[in-house]
Amino acid sequence: MTAVLSPLPAGAGSAHAPALPVSFQGLRRTFGSGSAAHTVLRDVTFDVAAGEVLAILGPSGCGKSTLLRAAAGLDYPSAGAVVIEDSPVHGIDSRCAFAFQEPRLLPWHTLQANIAIGLPAGSSAKEGKAKVARLLELVGLQDFAKHRPREVSGGMAQRTSLARALARNPGVLLLDEPFGALDALTRIKMQDLLLDVHRAEPTTVLLVTHDVDEALQLADRIIVLGPDAKGQGATIVRTIEVPGRRPRERASAELAHLRSSLLETLGVVGH
Amino acid sequence: MSHPGEPTITGSSVADGRAAAATATTADAAQPDAATASAPAPGWSPAGVRSRNWARLPLGLIIPAALLAAWQVASSSGMFTVVQLPPPAMVLAAAGELVERGQLGTHIAISTQRVLIGFLVGAALGLVLGATVGLSRLADALLAPTIGALRAVPSLAWVPLLILWMKIGEDSKVTLIIIGAFFPVFTTVSLALRHVDRNLVEAARAFGLKGIRLLTTVQLPAVVPAVFSGLRLALAQAWLFLVAAELIASSMGLGFLLIDSQNNGRTDRLLLAIVMLAVIGKITDALLGLAEKWAVKRWA
Ligand SMILES: Nc1ncnc2c1ncn2[C@@H]1O[C@H](COP(=O)(O)OP(=O)(O)OP(=O)(O)O)[C@@H](O)[C@H]1O
Ligand SMILES: [Mg+2]
Repeated sequence: MTAVLSPLPAGAGSAHAPALPVSFQGLRRTFGSGSAAHTVLRDVTFDVAAGEVLAILGPSGCGKSTLLRAAAGLDYPSAGAVVIEDSPVHGIDSRCAFAFQEPRLLPWHTLQANIAIGLPAGSSAKEGKAKVARLLELVGLQDFAKHRPREVSGGMAQRTSLARALARNPGVLLLDEPFGALDALTRIKMQDLLLDVHRAEPTTVLLVTHDVDEALQLADRIIVLGPDAKGQGATIVRTIEVPGRRPRERASAELAHLRSSLLETLGVVGH
Repeated sequence: MSHPGEPTITGSSVADGRAAAATATTADAAQPDAATASAPAPGWSPAGVRSRNWARLPLGLIIPAALLAAWQVASSSGMFTVVQLPPPAMVLAAAGELVERGQLGTHIAISTQRVLIGFLVGAALGLVLGATVGLSRLADALLAPTIGALRAVPSLAWVPLLILWMKIGEDSKVTLIIIGAFFPVFTTVSLALRHVDRNLVEAARAFGLKGIRLLTTVQLPAVVPAVFSGLRLALAQAWLFLVAAELIASSMGLGFLLIDSQNNGRTDRLLLAIVMLAVIGKITDALLGLAEKWAVKRWA
């Protein structure tokens, strides 16, 4: 996959938004009301520096997607706020780009047209076309530009969804298990790709994942969400600075130690 | 994607009780699509698919041919009098006579014109109001109860009022057809829009799409199949109401030919009118089917 690893033509003529800092301040999210009220997240407070890659780990259903949705303005917290740079998120935020847990591609559009949906408002047709072509090549789908989503595999659809988010050159990139549907080999390629993109255009990345190794490989810092003892919604139970500069040695002993410690936090013992 | 259309069809036919025929038409028209859609499944050789398509037309003609033969046998066996059931040849002769006098063309033209105008106006209104109610909660709360109540009125109940207001002219007939064509489109479109995949709409909104662009990029393409099932129902309803309107009061058109032939004991012309209604109705539905095929290929 040399095509993927080839250096990005930095910016490729398109101005990219500068990375933005994000701050979660006392976020709480309760679904339902009255006796059916169900608190999913509470007291979630943390800061992400501009250009930082932050991984969010946690058991299924603990509210990871809910957290990202709040950052994108797709969901309103019940209390607290998300602040990007200086202004709080209120409604859909054009500073963010979201790669959803499911690909969510428009079935009647080609992959190419789906990626073009991500282009920021006001990009010229010519510029946009070049960028889409570059992104297609980046995620290894240049031969499938004219295919419809139902004609490609789940992993290819997920890569298209990632490309759509990258097309935006966002200040904050929100990735909800972007590599979940990929096979092990493609996953490693895509992780490397993400690091390349980040190196060329260092944006702020919030990466939800259920894969501890992925978090250790990609993130500057990892937060672990988990239910507290009282069972009143998930909150941050652990924060880890990941040592070492990227790309990291996958087999390093230090990471192996962190890995088993993280798995223990997540409730998996004996690995 | 066609899923949201389904309950609608049953819903509207139950509500009116008169759309049963229309439902049958659509179901029967929908089957060929299902067959062609499943044809290119792995294992089917292209040649096999092609020969299956070739076989379709002759297969579809078997039953009409058998009916024609049975008709001929029944009318010549003495089971029925000529007044009850004239033989096919007599009907053909009646057609020849009416064509010679230039009347058949006029009847067909005026009926088709009424149906097309009524269908186009009714469907357009149904699309616009259906989209409004389907997309806006406010419009839904405001309009849906009223439109639902109007739909509950069996449409023929409007006839006396229409005649009182518009007299027996083109307006009252076309208006009745508009009413008939409006409801199937309105119901299918408003329901289908409400059931567009929320995840897709959310994804598009997350990338800054809203208003008209969101509508044309996500919502409308998503409801294309439902819109067409509504349109086909509406077209069948339009023909239904055309005949109703012409039976009640008219001096031209296929419905008039029906009632006039009954009054004059011309069963041959009566049968001719029925055959013409079947043929023209089928042709208009097939044309709509072609448009549907094109649109589904383009969007779905
Ligand atoms: N719109 C909603 N209405 C009610 N409950 C919701 C809604 N959205 C999410 N929830 C609840 O919030 C909880 C967390 O959901 P979320 O999708 O954020 O989990 P997650 O951590 O992303 O899980 P996974 O790893 O399986 O994707 C779940 O219990 C879910 O039932
Ligand atoms: Mg999730």
